Amino acid sequence: MTINEIQNEIIEEFSIFDDWMDKYEYIIEFAKGLPAIDVNKKTPQNLINGCQSKVWLDAELIDGKLSFTADSDAIITKGVVALLVRIFNEQPATEILNTDLYFIAKIGLSQNLSPTRANGLLSMIKRIKSYALAFNSLEK
Amino acid sequence: MQKSIDEIRKDFPILNQKVYGKPLVYLDNGATSQKPLLVINAEKEIYETINSNIHRGVHFLSGEMTNAYENARTTIQKFINAKFSEEIIFTKGATDSINLVAFSFGEQFVNEGDEIIVTEMEHHANIVPWQMLCQRKKAILKVLPISDEGELIISKLDNLITSKTRLLAATHTSNVLGTINPVKEIIEKAHKQNVPVLIDGSQAILHSKIDVIDLNADFYVFSGHKMYAPTGIGILYGKKELLEKIPPYQGGGDMVDNVSFEKTTYAELPFKFEAGTSNFVGAVALAKASEYIESIGFEFIKKQETELLNYATEKMQTVKGLKIYGTSKKKCSIISFLVENIHAYDMGLMLDKMGIAVRTGSHCAQPLMKRFGIEGTIRASFSFYNTKDEIDSLIQGIERIRKMFND
Repeated sequence: MTINEIQNEIIEEFSIFDDWMDKYEYIIEFAKGLPAIDVNKKTPQNLINGCQSKVWLDAELIDGKLSFTADSDAIITKGVVALLVRIFNEQPATEILNTDLYFIAKIGLSQNLSPTRANGLLSMIKRIKSYALAFNSLEK
Repeated sequence: MQKSIDEIRKDFPILNQKVYGKPLVYLDNGATSQKPLLVINAEKEIYETINSNIHRGVHFLSGEMTNAYENARTTIQKFINAKFSEEIIFTKGATDSINLVAFSFGEQFVNEGDEIIVTEMEHHANIVPWQMLCQRKKAILKVLPISDEGELIISKLDNLITSKTRLLAATHTSNVLGTINPVKEIIEKAHKQNVPVLIDGSQAILHSKIDVIDLNADFYVFSGHKMYAPTGIGILYGKKELLEKIPPYQGGGDMVDNVSFEKTTYAELPFKFEAGTSNFVGAVALAKASEYIESIGFEFIKKQETELLNYATEKMQTVKGLKIYGTSKKKCSIISFLVENIHAYDMGLMLDKMGIAVRTGSHCAQPLMKRFGIEGTIRASFSFYNTKDEIDSLIQGIERIRKMFND
């Protein structure tokens, strides 16, 4: 599936919830389904420090596509990073670099985009794109 | 006649609204308080009637505005019972006030090898400026520890103070634990060894009457926005003889007596410390806020807030796996807590969606978090305008989230 197909799928899944607590419950389900990150990958280099919760994000290049693993100490943050992993996993670096993440606003997560506080969603996206950029230049 | 809570709540229009379709429950008063109409209207009225730059103008409005500004200084002087109006310096807030003292006092009195004492429960605003001073002067920062209950271990103070100690900086009330420190006793102990004391009153000024003469504080700082006044205005109180001895903090207009390229002489107190155009509108609104507080009355405020604190503490103790951080017998209406297996941030996000505003995280007190071996807490802080119904909503919210995570 392409990145936008996955985004549309997520938007549709969230569209059935009109209550925020249900949305969170769904996000928590994603968190629980996120494959565990290799303990050795939970390094300071892989740590994205939001103000309030910690996120570890690692990427590898497998057959020209990026493979992400991640974790967080807060479960909602973990669920949010799981959504990003679902979208970007096994996508080519060029696609990742050119993505507009419209699903964030559509499912109501925009308020979590504040640059300095909270869960550092913005920092996570930046980190993913910088991995893509690095692997992209590696490929050439 | 004493206003009822319903009447008081009408003074704060912001409280009467829904967020995410739920009635707003504002329990983040420790971060900033809401503003009564009296304060909001005071600012509006100034801009509609007498707004004009102060001190230097020759025209009518400038004179009116200057009078209002200087009257505000006198109002604050009386509010904290300072001896002289020139002991009241208008600043941007408590952080600005502390930075001023750390710079100016530091320039005059702190040298290599000297020591500054802070406490383990300080807000970053009362740590970092002193750390910067210590770096600048090659001085040493020492820390007065706290107990598991979240109380300062005062008995350790006598050994901590040495002949090298130049200043002690301590908070009046902890922004995380709610502990009300025995500052009068601390000041007395420090003074016995000739050490001046700065008290951060940001979390104390709104809960009970502050009398700087009775406390005998050398410096006392607070922010307007935490005491029902606008943001961007705060107070540095300093004893006149000390303020006179220390150099200006920032240079600019209004703080000078005579300027030439060869030499500049500085204005007298308090103007020496008020460089540039100060927030004169904010200053008047701050004075209005102090008048509002006095019209409600500290007796009523204390009674109401203690009742809310006790009610919330009692209810929280019935929640399975909930731990309160800060269990001193002398507390203001602040409760920090965590619930087993739930990250503070997760709890805060979910409470928000129920319309309940709390603060989560380290509350700008990372060393204190480290002391308790945690990353952060959830903090509910109550004002006299909060109600028991709102606390019930909080407890129901916590219970719902707890079940979601733990059942």
